[in-house]
Amino acid sequence: MVQINMESNLLGANELLARRNRSAFAEQRLLVINLMSSPGSGKTTILERSIEFLAGRLQMGVIEGDLYTDQDAQRIEKKGVQVIQINTEGACHLDAGMVGKAFEQLPSAAVEMIFIENVGNLVCPAEFDLGEDFRAVVISTTEGNDKLSKYPLIFHQARVILLNKIDLLPFTDFSLDKFKEDLAQINPSATVFLVSGRTGEGIDIWIEWLLEEVKKKRP
Amino acid sequence: MHELSIMEGVLNMVRESAEQNNINKINEINLVIGKLSMVLPDSLSFCFQALSVHEEMFQNAVLKIEERDTMIQCAICEQQFTLEDGWCLVCPGCGGSNVSIISGREMYLDYYEGDDN
Repeated sequence: MVQINMESNLLGANELLARRNRSAFAEQRLLVINLMSSPGSGKTTILERSIEFLAGRLQMGVIEGDLYTDQDAQRIEKKGVQVIQINTEGACHLDAGMVGKAFEQLPSAAVEMIFIENVGNLVCPAEFDLGEDFRAVVISTTEGNDKLSKYPLIFHQARVILLNKIDLLPFTDFSLDKFKEDLAQINPSATVFLVSGRTGEGIDIWIEWLLEEVKKKRP
Repeated sequence: MHELSIMEGVLNMVRESAEQNNINKINEINLVIGKLSMVLPDSLSFCFQALSVHEEMFQNAVLKIEERDTMIQCAICEQQFTLEDGWCLVCPGCGGSNVSIISGREMYLDYYEGDDN
């Protein structure tokens, strides 16, 4: 009988590829955002709105992760932005390898920022570093207050939290106070934006913040 | 959901290492999984069964999973605490919110045991 000590990280292969992505992004001074949420929270709508607000001010690309269809990619393409589709064929998250390959296909000329829209899921994507600068998590008022405490890891790791469907707040039981209270325990330093993808409310504030972040990359 | 691909990775690592060490039969695989990780030990065990059943090398292998508690350390009062339940990153000692997670996010293959040729 032999015992072999390994101490090998189970996500080691992904982390290696994430580091590779990160240095490729840094070389081109790109700001890369990993956008995550549960299905139906409004990630794609926020992305569409963001593209509208950024039109003429910034060149951007989108890497679109979906299980099977390219419906979201088509929505983004209609906005006149370069988009690369990744179909995970049933896999519940994007990994750094998929993103690296998609990035190579992205016609890179003069792109300053990339949005990676992850697969709609609050569990698995949280464990997979894609090489992004930061993670932005969307949560919507219609999902209820319990999402933060049920899926703490994804909210803990987020630098930005976009609370979407703020226009529907009066019609839900969602409590802004409870949201702030929970966030103070899980991620007190997160930057929070209250937005509505549908009406466009609050998107301008998020975009101004985003443009400042892009500027930091290209002083 | 992602436990299947994680378990595939574990078996690949063990298979590769066993080959290098002339081991042809695996008896035990030991993983360390923190309670804050988004990986379920039960699900890992299920995936292990499903993936190893048809492979001679793993026929008698047992998967053992050591779970690690969540521990935090406060940057202000420097006390360490074990979190029993849930996720409250506020120092129970001084109430400060500048705490770091020092344990609970582990996810690694610690060691395995086998018989050599």
